[in-house]
Amino acid sequence: MTEAIRVENLSKQYRLGALKHETMLRDVIVNALRMRRRRRDVNTILALDDVSFSVEEGEVVGIVGRNGAGKSTLLKILSRITYPTAGRVRVRGRVASLIEVGTGFHDELTGRENIYLNGSILGMRKREIEERFSKIVDFAGVEKFIDTPIKRYSSGMRLRLGFAVAAHMDPDVLFVDEVLAVGDAEFQKRCLNAMDDLRSGGRTVLFVSHNMSAIESLCPRTIWVDAGKLREDGPSGEVIHSYLTTFAEASGDGHDLTQIAGRGGNGAARYTRIEFMDAEGNPVTVFRTGEPLRARLHFQVHEAVKDPRFALRVFSDMGALIATISSYVAGCTIAGMQPGSGYIDLVIPSLPLLPRRYYVSLWLVMPGQPYDILDHCLALDVDVPTSGVHKGRGMHSRWGLIWVPSEWRVNMPGA
Amino acid sequence: MTEALRTMRGEWLLEYFRYRELFYFLVWRDVKIRYKQTVLGAAWAVIQPFFMMIVFTLFFGRMAGIDSEGVPYPVFSYSALVPWTYFQQAMPLSGNSLLANSRLISKVYFPRAIIPAAAALGGVVDFFIAAVVLVAIMLYYGFPLGWGLLLWPVLLVPTVAFVVAVGMIFSALNVKYRDIKYTIPFFIQAMLFVSPVIYPTSAVPEQYQTLLRLNPMVGLINAFRAAALPGRTIDLGELGVSIAVITGLLIVATIYFRKTERAFADLI
Repeated sequence: MTEAIRVENLSKQYRLGALKHETMLRDVIVNALRMRRRRRDVNTILALDDVSFSVEEGEVVGIVGRNGAGKSTLLKILSRITYPTAGRVRVRGRVASLIEVGTGFHDELTGRENIYLNGSILGMRKREIEERFSKIVDFAGVEKFIDTPIKRYSSGMRLRLGFAVAAHMDPDVLFVDEVLAVGDAEFQKRCLNAMDDLRSGGRTVLFVSHNMSAIESLCPRTIWVDAGKLREDGPSGEVIHSYLTTFAEASGDGHDLTQIAGRGGNGAARYTRIEFMDAEGNPVTVFRTGEPLRARLHFQVHEAVKDPRFALRVFSDMGALIATISSYVAGCTIAGMQPGSGYIDLVIPSLPLLPRRYYVSLWLVMPGQPYDILDHCLALDVDVPTSGVHKGRGMHSRWGLIWVPSEWRVNMPGA
Repeated sequence: MTEALRTMRGEWLLEYFRYRELFYFLVWRDVKIRYKQTVLGAAWAVIQPFFMMIVFTLFFGRMAGIDSEGVPYPVFSYSALVPWTYFQQAMPLSGNSLLANSRLISKVYFPRAIIPAAAALGGVVDFFIAAVVLVAIMLYYGFPLGWGLLLWPVLLVPTVAFVVAVGMIFSALNVKYRDIKYTIPFFIQAMLFVSPVIYPTSAVPEQYQTLLRLNPMVGLINAFRAAALPGRTIDLGELGVSIAVITGLLIVATIYFRKTERAFADLI
């Protein structure tokens, strides 16, 4: 076996000041004229801190970690988009990286023109694109619109076209970053199939995802990156298990959400605390299948927000998304909120989750603009009910993930 | 094939060769989009220099009575306006190109200088369209068409190189200092006044002419004009100075660009 990727003591430091704020030459000149030294940005963060690992040729490796843990930085360094502050990286063979689907697509160009443009941006030769052109068009399913400017395409068509081009690259080493997070279920299935083909084709693949079941099924080995450091590296099942157990456990007396690192969104509004209660408003410590549950989400609005939508997403212990419980879907519309604090109650008449460990993400968004995203911010252990009509009969994780309340009516003479 | 992250000395040049097809596609994209997005399409390539010629003729040729070295002022100015318009349009495109393509820079790897270079090259189509109109204007004024016009594509090479050099510097600065883009129109306006578009070099006092020639556009524009108009010879010394300055600028631009390009993806 030959080594395909070798990463040695890799570190990447970002200056916090330089990251978000745009430097103006004007300020530099003004400060120089006033004989004042430019205030040094001493605030630095280590996006990657002394990371080392190697990957054999033909290996498919998953990379997991929370938002902001350094997964994307790692892929960007491996794909040479950005450079490390310290350390060395070696990648053998032809590299392709898929950090985004459809990079460089231009609205005014036709599907055909965009295939050529995007293909060459991804590092394909013109000859290669020509050879695979009909396959790409087939895969994307856009034959009829191939000479139409893509500004007339639906977002789904664009996505399919972008992925079709990417799926027809022929690299030795492929880096994939969370492309599967977009698109509908059908599209995600296609992507996973294409990834599977790549794997069986003997290519080396590094695959970053929040989709634990995708990682589990595609990658025999997983690397867990936590706060810039390599936390664990080993068989996927074990690594994913220990990764998921680090999430805070939900408990009755509420859970502080202000200290969570690596949250997304622009921060116009933030969740501060979550509490769980029963139907009477008493704190609950144990969550039971079929029992009523109320989640009280406390939040702080920092800047006036429009059309806020609250959502709680539930994942299985293997990372599969089970449900998105959203205020919008439930018909609760809020025009806007001014700065201040408040809470919103989510009332679940009967908890439909079977006994098992679940993970919860919290979203506070408006369409197209996330205010606060807390991925997998807490764990929820559901237990067997002890009272009520069900008395926990047959309620076990081996029967599935959800409990569907049902009634049965038999119609047979003599029964 | 082995691709090490830390490329060896000199290997970066090879890298540009490897990415020549991407370069070609980016130029092709820029040209294509330019003609797709405007209603008038290719007509823009002519309208701008043509109207400038009319304005210059009225104000400088007629009212100010600027000497046009024995040639009708419209022919005198238009022969310079063709290369000038190329510079004036391509330079800001090249200088703002890295920011305009920030998506590409933060999502894919390729040798970064492809971007400002492709933006500079995208404007040459306009140049040739405007040059065809020069032929029409010359015929209208009864000028014989000389073989010298065939030198225009040759003279375009150092002109494009000049735009690439200036574009590389401005685009790299633009990533770091976001207010650089406001200096570009000012830079171009200043360049117009120190280039012999409106006036001939001979109108400048002798002692300042040497200084003026440090502006590469001086040698280039005079050469373009001399190649098009009959009975003139290209001042090779002057053109040589231009090419030397452009070469120097290209070296400085390459050094600065190579020094800063590693941080582009982090800053953009």
